[in-house]
Amino acid sequence: MNVRIPILKLYDCLLVSIQWELDDATALQFQEDLLHKIHETSANGVVIDLTSIDFIDSFIAKVLGDVISMSKLMGAKVVITGIQPAVAITLIELGITLEDVLTALDLEKGLEKLQQELGE
Amino acid sequence: MEFQSCVKIINEWDIVAARQLGRNVAKELGFGSVDQARITTAISELARNIYLYAGQGKVCIEKVYEGNKAGLKIIATDEGPGIQDIRKVMEDGYTTSGGLGAGLPGVKRLMDEFDIDSVPGKGTDIKATKWLR
Repeated sequence: MNVRIPILKLYDCLLVSIQWELDDATALQFQEDLLHKIHETSANGVVIDLTSIDFIDSFIAKVLGDVISMSKLMGAKVVITGIQPAVAITLIELGITLEDVLTALDLEKGLEKLQQELGE
Repeated sequence: MEFQSCVKIINEWDIVAARQLGRNVAKELGFGSVDQARITTAISELARNIYLYAGQGKVCIEKVYEGNKAGLKIIATDEGPGIQDIRKVMEDGYTTSGGLGAGLPGVKRLMDEFDIDSVPGKGTDIKATKWLR
């Protein structure tokens, strides 16, 4: 039952769209896969799209927050896009703020934000 | 009209099973997307606490009715080490796992009613209810 989340390369960026509910193992595997992919491709930006995700618990939030910090250590910036209203509400009520994380409403705006951040 | 369904929590996959069960019942009861997310998240946190701290236990989902209102009740039980100081775990930011599981205060905020009963050495019993508005 080890499904991996596809990571696509687009110019010097990586694109990830999480399409199904994440279990712990898949989330941790994704963390590792993304870092390897950044290393492999020398990508300097990543967009992680969460449009299809309808809830995020503290574990998934921690994995996401960690992978953003890890990517930063490797020199890649991450933008999170597509957080649904229900997800934003529950995260804050749960007490998770994901501070210092770059976000955008959708994939298009996320890519724009990434370009700005990378100064291109 | 009593309905109760349970998932045994033994491994990480059971956390997924518990929240799927909860989401399905929440949908059946007619909860909107935000409350569905609240309920699913609360179940995930409670199931993870069982997995992390007690090793095993169970999460039951119950449809509850009171007068003319309907709701969903989560009952999370384990026979783990129990909680020494309940007041302390109900404080925001308190953690013994380095922030792996969620704080119980977060779960309390997501739900309408929250009740915790724990005996050190015996186990923990948490009940949380969300009412349909």
